[in-house]
Amino acid sequence: MNRVSTFPQESQLRRLLARRKRIGWLWQVVFLLATILVVLSLIVLLYNIVVGAFGYVIVQDKVSPQEIVQTYTDTPEAALHTLSADQYRFILEQNLSKGLLRRLNSEAPLTERSREELYRLVVERVVKPRVVQSYSLVDSIFERDKIFAEAAALPHSRVEFRRWLNLDFLTGKQASVPELAGVRTALLGSLWVIAITVVVALPLGVAAAIYLEEYAAVVANPWLRRLNAVIQTNINNLAGVPSIIYGILGLAIFVRGLEAFTSGAAFGATADGATANGRTIMSAGLTLALLILPIIIINAQEAIRAVPQSLRQASMGLGATRWQTIWHHVLPSALPGILTGTILSVSRALGETAPLVVVGASTFITIDPDGPFSKFTTLTIQIYQWTARPQDEFRNIAAAAIIVLLVLLLTLNAAAILLRNRYSRRLV
Amino acid sequence: MQKLESFSLVQKETSTNTLLNTLRCRLRPGELAVEAFLFLAAVISIFVTIGIVYVLGVETWSFFGRINWEDTNKQLAQPVGPADTRLVVTESGSPIPVGAIIRLDDEIMQVTAVKGNQLAVQRGQENTLPAPHKEKLDIYEGERVVLWEFFTETRWEPQIGNFGVLPLLNATLMTSAIAMLVALPLGLAAAIYLSEYAGPRTRSILKPVLEVLAGIPTVVYGYFALTFMTPLLRMIFGDDVVQIYNTASAGIVIGILVIPLVSSMSEDALSAVPRALREAAYGLGATRLETVLQVVLPAAASGVTAAFIVAISRAIGETMIVAIAAGAGPNFTFNPFEAAETMTGHIVRISGGDLSYDSIDYNSIFAIGLTLFALTLTLNIISRYVVAHFREEYE
Repeated sequence: MNRVSTFPQESQLRRLLARRKRIGWLWQVVFLLATILVVLSLIVLLYNIVVGAFGYVIVQDKVSPQEIVQTYTDTPEAALHTLSADQYRFILEQNLSKGLLRRLNSEAPLTERSREELYRLVVERVVKPRVVQSYSLVDSIFERDKIFAEAAALPHSRVEFRRWLNLDFLTGKQASVPELAGVRTALLGSLWVIAITVVVALPLGVAAAIYLEEYAAVVANPWLRRLNAVIQTNINNLAGVPSIIYGILGLAIFVRGLEAFTSGAAFGATADGATANGRTIMSAGLTLALLILPIIIINAQEAIRAVPQSLRQASMGLGATRWQTIWHHVLPSALPGILTGTILSVSRALGETAPLVVVGASTFITIDPDGPFSKFTTLTIQIYQWTARPQDEFRNIAAAAIIVLLVLLLTLNAAAILLRNRYSRRLV
Repeated sequence: MQKLESFSLVQKETSTNTLLNTLRCRLRPGELAVEAFLFLAAVISIFVTIGIVYVLGVETWSFFGRINWEDTNKQLAQPVGPADTRLVVTESGSPIPVGAIIRLDDEIMQVTAVKGNQLAVQRGQENTLPAPHKEKLDIYEGERVVLWEFFTETRWEPQIGNFGVLPLLNATLMTSAIAMLVALPLGLAAAIYLSEYAGPRTRSILKPVLEVLAGIPTVVYGYFALTFMTPLLRMIFGDDVVQIYNTASAGIVIGILVIPLVSSMSEDALSAVPRALREAAYGLGATRLETVLQVVLPAAASGVTAAFIVAISRAIGETMIVAIAAGAGPNFTFNPFEAAETMTGHIVRISGGDLSYDSIDYNSIFAIGLTLFALTLTLNIISRYVVAHFREEYE
């Protein structure tokens, strides 16, 4: 009877209810804020990159171009970029040391170089423009006056608005000065590595997925059944192994153990300066192939599992063998799903850095990779190298390289989404 | 024609078994070959695991079996013949204790007694041959890496014989802990919001955002940590408190990196809880929050726990963010604003240069790698176990 008397009165009940609702509303706001914070972090991340890739720079020339024109030509009023090839050659011969000239001549004789090339050499070796200070896009907009005042205080200097991401950056080779550096070598390196990764991982991954989905289920032998279960668990565990462990595996097996094969010595590829023992594109590609193999298998398995059972039954009912059923019916239906999964794992491989550092990506190469047995660097390695440098200008080109990488990844992902949409439409 | 004949067999009323056999037992070598190839492709994954364990194991074994030679700054005071068991050494240098292993040229000996400047030794240890040695030959003392020392020593300086993995492990655990402090609340809150509160329109915007966040390469997060998070922390706490490289910045950004993982796995777990449970709670008068916290979340506990564990394992294995933002050089510290190198960061830094294959650095990579592999594998297995054994099954 006591209970009835302690049961809250209506007014009390209302208060209680209001309180519960208030708490509920409060938490809903908290959950919403957390979600917004997550979205915000993505926006800040992208903003931070874009801001780094564009902005004002103060450029200081070692020797002003006009001074060079006045000293070495008869036409003191001409601009440096309008001179002839002979004049450039003369300027170079007057200003560079003998050793450097000899080196340049041995790379390609100065007399055979084009006018543009010579002009670039003059700028690079004689004028030597140096970015002494760089500003982010935000600073460039809000502290414009301060930047110009600072530039005015320095001799031979000027303020330029620099898009660090430009055509020269895409086609330029690696250089020790940030304003001349480009990602061409790195981009080609990335593409080579990815090509090998896909060529190795895709067939193996799809084959393994077919076995696990189509054959493993009908195996009668208990030992084999157990083995299949072990394989499945093993693949799931492999997908969770940190990527750097794959790098260590690649270092021990591909770079060191199979050096004869990965350096190309076994195929008669000459061991010149371009081939660096086992630290080649081949090793990197194989390492990344092992890395994405479990992901490809798991994705392909899902795609194969989504193929309706009736398709298989119909095919087998007509007398097709298991392989005929798979080849003519299951695989074509599962193909878009498999490709989507593959593209996603390729974008994972494209963004990997750690295993490539361990496998031995080169830190500084200017020669384009010309095959699977050459030294390599990749976009991600470049970004890492440049970010790790203390100078601001290297951060700027790192940001530009990140944009290149993100655009590449975005393209890949868009392709995957397109494929997925087309696939789901066809199922309906 | 064959088919017709086999049908006629039936008409002749021969045993139906024969007929079945003719249909069943045809050998198809092509089919078998294909199956064998597919099987081999599947088995490769086992070889990868075996490869990882073997490589890490063998190199770690040689890391622990390895003797590192340190110059004692002592020299031989008198020449030694191949049969002598007594060495006279110079006064200078660090003392050599009884039981130590010493090396003269290529010969390794064990010290059995010490008396002043005289050492009694057993010649030709470790499969080396006794040989005569000249006067003034440098004496090196050998030191083995001991497993006990590996896990208790607080300094990691392989060059001078300190092999304690603790500073690296400590930094790894610190960045991971900070990452979890960021990722668990935010990830879980985002998951709850997405699965319980958000309408289909909001979901269709938020889900891709999380997917994009998950697809950004880790090196980009490293850039973000160094150029945004660190300056932000230095602005808040002051430049003298926060170093340029610090574990806090790296940890927070790792947290952001694993948020999509936590939220998508948790959301899957939450939306797997049957509607009936929620409806029952509403029917009893519970508010939405009460339903979420007291009914849905407990029902999805196993999935959410698994998400947390996988996230921890991911944070421990994360490399590029710490390599860029956490600093170089092992440092045993509990201050999150100081630079400290993690296990993964150390591996990347050491292997960045040209690494020679028989250096102590090369071997140490594998020992650290094995520790890392054991940690993450254990966590992954635990998460799988949690899902399999603690799942609340409905319907």
